[in-house]
Amino acid sequence: MKAALARNPILLLTAAALLFYPVVFTDAFYRDIGVTFLLAAISASAWNIVGGYAGQVSVGHAMFFGIGAYAPLLVYTVTGWPPMAGIPVGVILGCALALAIGKPSFRLTGHYFSMATIAVAELIRIFFGTWAFVGAAIGLQGPAVGRGWWDLTFRSEVPYYYIFLAVLVVLLALTWTLERRRFGYYLRATKAGERAARSLGVPVRSTKMQALVLSATFTSIAGSLYSIKTGFIDPESGFGILVSVQMVIIAALGGAGTLFGPFIGALVLIPLQTATNTWFGGGGTGLTYILYGGIIVLIARYEPGGVLDLWTRLTSRGGRDHAS
Amino acid sequence: MLLLQVVIGGLLVGAIYALFSSGLTLIWGMMNFINFAHGEFVMLGMYVALLVVVWLGGGPAVFGFAAAFALFVLGVVIYMSLIREVLRGPMLSQILSTFGLALLLRYTAFWIFSANFVSLPQTSLSGTVDIGGVLMPVAQLVAGVVAIALTIGLHLLLTRTTVGSKLLAVAEDRQAAMLVGIRPDRMQALAWGLSAAAAGIAGALMATAYPWSPSVGETFGLTAFVVVALGGFGSVPGALIAGLLIGLIQSLSAFWLGAIYKDIVVYALFVALLWLRPQGLMGKA
Repeated sequence: MKAALARNPILLLTAAALLFYPVVFTDAFYRDIGVTFLLAAISASAWNIVGGYAGQVSVGHAMFFGIGAYAPLLVYTVTGWPPMAGIPVGVILGCALALAIGKPSFRLTGHYFSMATIAVAELIRIFFGTWAFVGAAIGLQGPAVGRGWWDLTFRSEVPYYYIFLAVLVVLLALTWTLERRRFGYYLRATKAGERAARSLGVPVRSTKMQALVLSATFTSIAGSLYSIKTGFIDPESGFGILVSVQMVIIAALGGAGTLFGPFIGALVLIPLQTATNTWFGGGGTGLTYILYGGIIVLIARYEPGGVLDLWTRLTSRGGRDHAS
Repeated sequence: MLLLQVVIGGLLVGAIYALFSSGLTLIWGMMNFINFAHGEFVMLGMYVALLVVVWLGGGPAVFGFAAAFALFVLGVVIYMSLIREVLRGPMLSQILSTFGLALLLRYTAFWIFSANFVSLPQTSLSGTVDIGGVLMPVAQLVAGVVAIALTIGLHLLLTRTTVGSKLLAVAEDRQAAMLVGIRPDRMQALAWGLSAAAAGIAGALMATAYPWSPSVGETFGLTAFVVVALGGFGSVPGALIAGLLIGLIQSLSAFWLGAIYKDIVVYALFVALLWLRPQGLMGKA
């Protein structure tokens, strides 16, 4: 990875920009955008492992995000321990859920998996909305005032920024490593055609399952980071369909199944989202989702490879096309 | 007596579920494609009915046809402009296309009609009727019966007519269908039209009897998934039986457990089905 960094000036510049962003932008508004961006990039990169690399399009990843988001605040509410202690709980539950969904639905075609994920996510959302133990429709709250650093309740956005950045780097480094191993080839073969992959000896079902579990792990961590930072979670912000939509749209916009696709997608979408929310005011959320729907349809119809693919095609065609 | 009313009410709603789910299963069976916007088609059918009643003052027959026609056209247009292209693309595109479409339609409806619940003004179907001591609203009764008739009609269209044979031929083997002079593209466009029309008219029927808001599309879409998963992918008779069954289960769980549990029970049934019999009750393994 170090060698790759030295070879690629764009990567080096991006790394520097990410490191110094909160130092340069000291305004709380911009720092908040930075934190939102990192969280979106983490979730979408986690989705990307199963949705992009393995080609199994989940439209209900909010279930893992929500489980991860509820776990820390539930652990805090029940035991009084620091919310952080709930992160592994969320990961374990998320993985169990991944196994429970993957096992039956990976036997069938890809559309079935998509259908199963959206139905299970909705089931959990409605169920959490009626379950008093997890606060029903009101949800759960974290410690109002931090009792120490381990509660991770900082007044400034900066500590969150660097924690999120560290998680993103770990996730991308892991994805980068896996891409180059046998598992990465298995993933690509599975995505390209399951029957052909199977006939070449690729263990298709277990490859899809491993991808889903890994994806669920990091999506759950993303959820935990969100709820620890926000100090609050309810069924809609944890399990709502728009949580899933955002992961899908960001990954697809940048380029699903590529290492930096979700990162680039988040780089485009988060500022766009902030801008539309500012333009349309509080009542603009509906318009934002119309915009999301439109973007998704356009990507599906015209640019399934996303921004990265478009850029590669434009640059590889040479300068002549640019002049025209 | 109250239980009997709950059972009949459940079956009547179930008949409408069966009608719109048969549209979803038609597309699934023909091109191995799940339309995530199908519930939104039902929702649009409801608003078409409302607009026709408010603007033109048409009766149930008029707005029923209007909803079917409007959605048929929409279905064909969506197929021609979007689905035909993404069918050739990667699976990501196939799933994203209708998923994005669902968001676009749902939130455009929110934007235009607001999130408030609405219902049709009084129609000729208002009032109740006494069937052997059970009081049923006329609208529910008519909507349910018409929905069953239309679902059976769709099944007969597919199995007893030349057009139906052509549709099934394309579903069976696209290449072979082309060899005998069938144009698969036209047949698939027709299937999208029929599928959306079934959703649209189901929406219009639903609108006569129940209030709604733009978010019903999401609920109906998921209900249709459950019905299709239960009845078997691509089977209209399966959708009919499964639709009636889901309506009944929903109605009984609302009666015994409380209204908020009716969707939980149905989705939980879906998860159980996923584990035990993913090919559906009547589907082939």
